[in-house]
Amino acid sequence: MSAYQPLKRPVITFPFLVLSVVALIGTYFLVQRFLHGMGPVTNINGGYAWGIWVVYDVVVGTALACGGYALAITVYVMNKGKYHPLIRPALLASLLGYGLGGIGAMIDMGRWWQFYNIFTPWHMNFNSVMLEVGLCVATYILVLCIEFAPALLEKIGAQGVIKALNKVLFFFIALGVLLPTMHQSSLGSMLIAMGYKVHPLWQSLHLQPLLAILTALTMGFAVVVFEASFSSAGFRRPDETPILSGLGKAIMGLISVYLLVRFGEILINGKLGLIFAGDLGSLMFLLETTLFVFPLIVLLSEKRRGHGPLLLWASVSMLFAGALYRFNAFLITYDPGPGYSYFPSTPEIMVTAGMVAIEIMAYLIIVKKFPVLHNAETA
Amino acid sequence: MKRRDFLKASLGGAALLGAGAAQGRGNLEPAEEAVGMLFDSTLCIGCKACVSKCKEVNGMPPTPLEDETYWDAARDLSHETLNVIKVYQEGEASIKDAAENGYAFEKRSCMHCVDPGCVSVCPVTAMRRDPKTGIVTHHPDACIGCRTCMVGCPYNVPQFDYDNPFGEIHKCQMCNQQGVARIDNGEMTGCAEVCPTGATLFGSRKALLEEAKRRMTLKPGETYNYPRGDVRKPESHHEKAVPSYQNHIWGEKEAGGTNVLHISSIPFEKLGMPPLEERSYASISETVQHTIYNYMALPAAALAGLTYIVRRNTEDEDGGES
Repeated sequence: MSAYQPLKRPVITFPFLVLSVVALIGTYFLVQRFLHGMGPVTNINGGYAWGIWVVYDVVVGTALACGGYALAITVYVMNKGKYHPLIRPALLASLLGYGLGGIGAMIDMGRWWQFYNIFTPWHMNFNSVMLEVGLCVATYILVLCIEFAPALLEKIGAQGVIKALNKVLFFFIALGVLLPTMHQSSLGSMLIAMGYKVHPLWQSLHLQPLLAILTALTMGFAVVVFEASFSSAGFRRPDETPILSGLGKAIMGLISVYLLVRFGEILINGKLGLIFAGDLGSLMFLLETTLFVFPLIVLLSEKRRGHGPLLLWASVSMLFAGALYRFNAFLITYDPGPGYSYFPSTPEIMVTAGMVAIEIMAYLIIVKKFPVLHNAETA
Repeated sequence: MKRRDFLKASLGGAALLGAGAAQGRGNLEPAEEAVGMLFDSTLCIGCKACVSKCKEVNGMPPTPLEDETYWDAARDLSHETLNVIKVYQEGEASIKDAAENGYAFEKRSCMHCVDPGCVSVCPVTAMRRDPKTGIVTHHPDACIGCRTCMVGCPYNVPQFDYDNPFGEIHKCQMCNQQGVARIDNGEMTGCAEVCPTGATLFGSRKALLEEAKRRMTLKPGETYNYPRGDVRKPESHHEKAVPSYQNHIWGEKEAGGTNVLHISSIPFEKLGMPPLEERSYASISETVQHTIYNYMALPAAALAGLTYIVRRNTEDEDGGES
């Protein structure tokens, strides 16, 4: 008897129908994009070559999908077996989130029919951070498929395959820790080559990969707390706060390190004054920092950490903080010079919303049809 | 892996990081026979013959002004404008080449960086620096359209054709792309060929840099015999009074230097040039990237920090085998 069970609930619910409408609208504009090009659908331009399809779908979206990564480190590297029950739903969310990132990258690719050039060695440019991100994300999506495969195999009763897979799974778990470490840090490194276009408060040059990996991990833990709290409430399952509060501790530690590095860099490079410049950059920096500090303050006390709603709010704040850090660096305070501005068009936003809706719908279907959530008794 | 071993390995990685950083690369050097252009803003009269010629060579249509096409009204670089003349205006805009109450013309086209950001960031080698001429070329057959070259270019030069479902990146290739090959055939760029005042001058980077430095030493007001066309074998000259140049050759050093050099009598930041230091961002990016990926050090160090913190914070918990 597996420790995991499908949630035996109806798939078609009111929220599901709302999501499918959003998905349909998004799909309509997506078709337009492939028929007429990106110009008529998006507001990207010569100075802002990357809009929300890159910055949300890929840069922020994959960070929000770091739950599987964060838990893999906790359970398999740190050997904290008690978190094991959380890993399957986290892996599913990671698979879907990275799937969205991969599809988002394809949608945004101006010459998508030649995407395979990135896999052909005679085209590869090993100086390119983008190459590392592309290859690493593609491989990680495959690794996530393998890591999540047992849930599907259990459903069809392929015991033999599960046994065989279990013998080699350790290798894929190891890869599943290494790969996100590489490409999540590289997402930060991409900012280095953008140079002065990245606001000085976000242009930390050599520290970019470290700050990116720290926020990705923290967002990974936060998203696990968020998803578990939400599915406890949404599906009326037993409260998981006791086990989640441990993850709150990890978030607390990571935020502390992050803030130390972030402010250390700003202080050492004499950029402190920019925080209080009163312009868009300083405003966004203060907002972002508040979103980082709020969860830190909440999580500092063991009592508050053990309090379900507070823990959830802390994780939500952290998710917004990490997302805003990336949005600020890549888009909001990004400045390619005079003559250019960007705000996403409605169709552009709808494509991203549609993709997210599809991701959530897939999650709902899979947890209701496949053994993903753990049994309350065995938790 | 035991936690202790893991920590050890990570610290080893962190130690290697120092060694790796020491091997980081500096800026690339100019190609031995680099060709380029010298744009002297003080000579430009804004006739836009270069814009027109550029479109003719590259088979691109003129940009209409509203609905009429009396002349090419391109205001900035785009997928069908690889070279554009912009105007600087201040106050009354009545005095040529004066920063205050003056006006001036400034050329925008690919600067053909010595250490090009676009070449460094392109995942599929669709941007290349010609080893002989230093010309930065684009190869659509390799390009996947990720547009990292656009964000990685300090001058926003590469432009994607967004309105075409099968669009591509367009940029100046110094009139030496396949089918044009003016440089290989011993000719000069279209824009330099048609420039009536020699504001856009063609030549080797070395010769152009010499010419630019010579102009820096001239006394304002004295007469100088300005060449037109190719600086090494000018078609003709014209005499003109020397303006008061800014003592700054844009592209001599900026972000590793460029093969297209600019001189002007107005500070370059006022002409919209980006705030660049001498070190190229490409060299910093590649140094970081190769430091990490030659030794796997930085991810290991980050993980070490993570391991340490989470361990310390969960010491009271039992870590059972799973």
